[in-house]
Amino acid sequence: MKKLVKRFRPAIIMVILFLSVLIFVPAKSSKAVQSLMDQLKTMLFVIPPVFILLGLFDVWVPREYITRHLGEGSGIKGILMAFFLGSAAAGPLYGAFPVAAVMAKKGSSLFNILIFIGAWSTTKIPMFLFEFNAMGARFAVSRLFVSISGIIMIALIINLSLSHQQRTLQLERAAELTGN
Amino acid sequence: MSTLILYILALGALFFSLVKDRKKTKMALKKAIKSLNNILPQFLAVLMIVSILLAFFDTELISGLIGDRSGFLGVLGASLIGSITLIPGFIAFPAAAELLKNGAGVAQLAAFVSSLMMVGVVTIPLEISFFGKKITLMRNIIAFLFAFVAAAVVSWGVSL
Repeated sequence: MKKLVKRFRPAIIMVILFLSVLIFVPAKSSKAVQSLMDQLKTMLFVIPPVFILLGLFDVWVPREYITRHLGEGSGIKGILMAFFLGSAAAGPLYGAFPVAAVMAKKGSSLFNILIFIGAWSTTKIPMFLFEFNAMGARFAVSRLFVSISGIIMIALIINLSLSHQQRTLQLERAAELTGN
Repeated sequence: MSTLILYILALGALFFSLVKDRKKTKMALKKAIKSLNNILPQFLAVLMIVSILLAFFDTELISGLIGDRSGFLGVLGASLIGSITLIPGFIAFPAAAELLKNGAGVAQLAAFVSSLMMVGVVTIPLEISFFGKKITLMRNIIAFLFAFVAAAVVSWGVSL
């Protein structure tokens, strides 16, 4: 029980905050409830397939395969594959973190995980098509190109600023969160 | 639309897995539930914060801040708003297109879209639990700064 309360403490604090908005700022309450419901709907829809795919990925994709293609020293091929994995995804950025944890467990390098996270956040294929339609070709294409270089740059900077030991430690910690 | 593809993919994979190996499929589903359970507290917390934020930051306020002649401050404001909000792309792009038609600047919108996607202030606690403080903070700070680069490049690209 105590453990459960500790685990859910941030959530409980946020629920209290949410309820106090409803009580003390009634003008905003209907909008807050509305967006909570909208998000709940989205999450309830998106979460089941994402986690089913995650579980299947974890069980079926052998560790050696990921290590070979996304591990340390996987080079350009690893980068391309991380980009592809992230771009083929759907859902908000925080959906990428559990997937990244499974990748860590399977032996992917931190650099490729960072590329994957960046691709998931910015170069998702359906999102690009959407942007292309809404904002025009020039806007979408120039943003895609600058984003790809930005993603690689961010991954490089973070990767270089950590020692080998720090990287390994962080990958191990992330791997622990996959539930085994 | 992308949700539908996701379901087809997940159900297809599940079916394929069931046909090939029942035991492994059962294990996969168990793992799915376990990892969902692991991040459930953070998910709930994020859900609440976002709802509160969205209630206070409406489109009117956003468009007022990143109007056409808002200049560098507008770009800065746009990336700040993008950083703290968590609007899904399929809502953000139609809104951004609307703002563009009504005279919002290309640079401001590019900065907004870029930071909206790459920076997640409200999900930082969740990200830290996976990647630790150092990586998370670095990633978000660099991504925030990158929004200015994106703003410059995209407005150049559109003006070509």
